Amino acid sequence: MKSKIEKLKEKRPNLITAISKAAKGLGNALPMIFGTILLVSFLSTIIPKSLYTQLFSKNVLLDSIIGALIGSVSAGNPITSYIFGGEILSQGVSLIAITAFLVSWVTVGIIQLPAEATILGKKFALLRNLSAFILSIIVAIVTVLILGVF
Amino acid sequence: MSLKNKIKDNKSSWYFLFAIIFIYVCIGIINPTIGINSLLFFIEIAYKIIPIFIIVFILMTLSNYFITPKFIIKHLKSKGLKKWFFVIIGGILSSGPIYMWYPLLADLKDKGLNYGLIACFLYNRAIKIPLIPIAIFYFSWTYVIILMIVMIFASIVQAILLNKLIKNEK
Repeated sequence: MKSKIEKLKEKRPNLITAISKAAKGLGNALPMIFGTILLVSFLSTIIPKSLYTQLFSKNVLLDSIIGALIGSVSAGNPITSYIFGGEILSQGVSLIAITAFLVSWVTVGIIQLPAEATILGKKFALLRNLSAFILSIIVAIVTVLILGVF
Repeated sequence: MSLKNKIKDNKSSWYFLFAIIFIYVCIGIINPTIGINSLLFFIEIAYKIIPIFIIVFILMTLSNYFITPKFIIKHLKSKGLKKWFFVIIGGILSSGPIYMWYPLLADLKDKGLNYGLIACFLYNRAIKIPLIPIAIFYFSWTYVIILMIVMIFASIVQAILLNKLIKNEK
């Protein structure tokens, strides 16, 4: 009898399956996306822009650490992080903080950590997530520095 | 409930949405001006991003149709520098929930894929081709291209680092 992994490897979807999978994927993300947009809209209405500039001090390292920390503990479809990041960028939050937030959102997986540790090993999972966190800060700084050149 | 089901559980997304709607209802009663302004802001954002969602949906369909786990795993078995290339491309093209890939990667580890390459694959999963239109919409082409290139370099750095830190065990 074939294992689940073997069956998965052999799976080849037809167009209808591909469409329904895409619809399901996007559909599952919709409550979170709409919730995020509603939250961002509400916060943008009640919070003065000056508060964001106070929270993010324009200190490159500190801003990127704050962004990476928030991204690391957040979870969900990356599309939500783009919408949230894009909207708060217009509120005055630095691009470095937002980049660190976007990168850590998708590379650091605190919620998946138990599954990753069980299947791929505790040491691997811990080191991978820790290095991904540090790299998200470096990636943010390097990206914005290069962007400044162009 | 198994760990897989816990991760897969979509209920929390709905709870989140209902909690936000509840906040809107409360605000609408306490201060209708803030409630209406927030709603208008919401409509403005939603109106801007709906066309982008159509492109995202098309790209997701194409990715689901053409890129299968079988296709990716076949290329991950290459040798030398080619292996690195396919691990990076495989990570970028892979779709679906991350936990789906853990057993497959564990299987490939037993067949010779080292920890560094596994980390490299997982890091590159962060680059989502179908979501590029929405990233461009908010952050510009230049930003998205630079970020992608820097992230690919970061994935290689992470792979080298992990290979030095962890001895491969069968």
